[in-house]
Amino acid sequence: MRDISKPVRRFDASEKIAGVARFVDDHYEEGMLYGKIVRSERVRAKIKAIKIPELPEGYHVISAKDIPGKNRIKMIFDDWPFLAEDVVNYFGEPILLVVGPEREKVYEISESIEIEYEDIPAILSVEEALLNKKPPIYGENNLFADYFFEKGDVENAFSEADEVIEEEFKTGFQEHIYLEPQGMIAKYNNGRIEVFGSMQCPFYVKNALIEEFDTKPDKIRVVQTTTGGGFGGKEEYPSQIAGIAALGAYKTGKTVKLVYDRAEDVEFTTKRHPSHIRIKGAVKNGKVIGIEVEIILNAGSYAGLSSVVLQRGMFAATGAYSIPNVRVIGKAVATNIVPMGAFRGFGAPQSIFAIETFMNHVAKRLGRDPVEFKLSHRYRKGDTTATGGLLRNEVRLPEIVNRVLSMSDYYSKKKEKKEGKKLYGIGFSMFLHGCGFTGNGEEILKSIARLKKRKDNKVEILISNVDMGQGPQTTLRKVVAEVLGIPYEDVIYENPDTDRVPDSGPTVASRTAMIVGGLLYRAAKELKEKWVDGEEIVVEKQYRHPEYIKWDQEKFKGDAYPEYSWGANVIEVEVDPITYEIDVKKAYAVFDLGTPLDRKIIEGQIHGGMLQGIGYATLEVMEQKDGRFMQRTITDYIVPTALDAPLFETDLVSQPYEHGPFGAKCAGELTFVGAAPAVCAAVEDALQIDLYEIPIRPEKLLTIMEKKNESEV
Amino acid sequence: MKVRFKLNGEEVEVEANPASRLLDVLREKFGLIGVKEGCGEGECGACAVLLDGRVVHSCLVPFANVMGKEIITIEGLRKTEEYRIIEESLLDAGSVQCGFCTPGFVISIYALLKNNPNPEDKEIREAISGNLCRCTGYQMIIDGVKLAAKRGEKLWKA
Repeated sequence: MRDISKPVRRFDASEKIAGVARFVDDHYEEGMLYGKIVRSERVRAKIKAIKIPELPEGYHVISAKDIPGKNRIKMIFDDWPFLAEDVVNYFGEPILLVVGPEREKVYEISESIEIEYEDIPAILSVEEALLNKKPPIYGENNLFADYFFEKGDVENAFSEADEVIEEEFKTGFQEHIYLEPQGMIAKYNNGRIEVFGSMQCPFYVKNALIEEFDTKPDKIRVVQTTTGGGFGGKEEYPSQIAGIAALGAYKTGKTVKLVYDRAEDVEFTTKRHPSHIRIKGAVKNGKVIGIEVEIILNAGSYAGLSSVVLQRGMFAATGAYSIPNVRVIGKAVATNIVPMGAFRGFGAPQSIFAIETFMNHVAKRLGRDPVEFKLSHRYRKGDTTATGGLLRNEVRLPEIVNRVLSMSDYYSKKKEKKEGKKLYGIGFSMFLHGCGFTGNGEEILKSIARLKKRKDNKVEILISNVDMGQGPQTTLRKVVAEVLGIPYEDVIYENPDTDRVPDSGPTVASRTAMIVGGLLYRAAKELKEKWVDGEEIVVEKQYRHPEYIKWDQEKFKGDAYPEYSWGANVIEVEVDPITYEIDVKKAYAVFDLGTPLDRKIIEGQIHGGMLQGIGYATLEVMEQKDGRFMQRTITDYIVPTALDAPLFETDLVSQPYEHGPFGAKCAGELTFVGAAPAVCAAVEDALQIDLYEIPIRPEKLLTIMEKKNESEV
Repeated sequence: MKVRFKLNGEEVEVEANPASRLLDVLREKFGLIGVKEGCGEGECGACAVLLDGRVVHSCLVPFANVMGKEIITIEGLRKTEEYRIIEESLLDAGSVQCGFCTPGFVISIYALLKNNPNPEDKEIREAISGNLCRCTGYQMIIDGVKLAAKRGEKLWKA
């Protein structure tokens, strides 16, 4: 048997290096029309009138009125229109689509359209939304979601406590900056709509279009084109672009290409939810015996996936710690800004930043070493999670932590701080990530994966999950080939086309390797038994949660996830004592993500996820002013370059999950969540201060240090 | 306006608006889709090409400026032995994830190794600092560059 973890060359890499792989914008066809969206220039307003200039032949302007079915993007709630009707709820909300044969002319027309508005008082912040003095955006109180769950007796814990510590944390917006901007190409032929584009979830797009065109499933075809990064940004948002492009094709009968430019993508697509998190801890005999966490997410103007993002955030509220008495309160709040959406970690990064930083602060106040303090609260096998789910598998945190400490030489570096022109600091974080869909998501999805053995004895993987860079083109091929004992090259895996593949669910929630890979693993086992050379054989497997998983979606009780991955990070920083710029020098990580399906691909996930997390904590600043983002281009919104990136050193501890393929668990998001709190702890260590907010901006550090120096004088 | 220039080793002449971006001309008039538009602001390097041997971001170059010059894109580069070394090295180092940025990186790596066959870590980071990658954290791309430097030792010094 081959070692499944042994790296192989990625199957999709050669054509990407050569520039041959076709991303959405690389598809071109004769007679194709270009599309441009006309967007709201108001933050919140009624549309009073639209003045369209006389259009040259072949040019069209398309509005919500042209939608034959329902003008709502199918998601959890029923509030987000493809194109605004009579009201706009954020600056940049799509109102019209202009299409035509010459791109420059299309742009010219889109700029000459005049829209008359009547302003409605806009809700520009979460505070304002919660005050509820202006006409609400959603429902009666601007709350897309308002949740609560409890474990143990929290009040009793607070009354018994030696000390109660309460702190508040803030996290900012984050923009995905996948290198390939969003885009779709739509065609309309004989009553059938076909969409090709950059996406994570072909069936999300398909289901959205079925409702938009009030048509039957066989009238919609969705095909993923090679996708240049997603990180969650291409989870729900592509449904809107696809819906708008498809409407253009439907109206004109021609192929329509709608590709965003970077500025459009930065300013008008979904972002990571900013959060405001309050943690109150009851400390007794040196232990946190009770905790109350309140998580408030800025959800933007439409519900999108915010309710589930909030759930994942809430279920991660106590991090990797077993605290007997827990109360978690969560609110997803509507404001007049771009809808917030999925982004690697999906609500968990905000919570993990808050709980990790809180635990550091409590440890410091108690005069304890943060690592030892955290380890003394760690989850163990047999413990119950915040929602009362049972940890059935070994939790190898001590091993993970010991390894990252020795790898980084943490204690000696912390004690004997490097002397230099810059201020040196080292920080630690430990954390978990719930694998797969949150709550009853997988039960509702009931994903199906199919394997088709062809007459030539090659085996095709038929699933709706995509490779957006994270590697399933390679890892899933390996899984199937390994079970069947055939060469990797004999497994075929094309970009999904909804005409050809079953719905194996979206490419999200770190579920592809563990959940879909698990289905493929079982399908391959069955195929192996049925194998007859030269014959066509099809095997299908449908997902069912293991029987022992119990979950109550109403009360948020039980196993919120079938399994968890674990990790610990150490980060070293140098802070400039004059400018307070943070230079992240080294990042160490040890993860238990089960059996790695390819060590190199996992290594790539770790580096990339951590650097995105480091950016989240430092450089990636996005602010709102009067309902608009101040950072509207990639020049203003800074992501790390090779000069900003630290050196990474990583290792794995592999506790296999019995239902994951070869024991694989979740990986993609886990690699993101621990970096920001470790950076924060390192900066705190360098400057000997407490911090409560990311991104950590030099100008804020300057203010904090000036105050600190004054008080010390 | 008609502009004559050398593109991937061949003399070409093309009619286009002199103010149009080199990026659009390469993609639309010549079908060179390996030149990617990632930002249109000269920040990401996905549209990098060689102009008389120097790395430029083709989204910032007005088409008229290439008159009489030599342009090499990934499509031209991939016929060379140097490209093959870079390709093999990136494959073995696991440098590629989503791949949208990769052709631009190959252009920068080629230019670096041609000028500096044995670059140090810091020099590699500087050479690729005009190329953004959101997937890899850069380290495995840097590993790929080092591998290419080693494997193509004689070639780079030639």
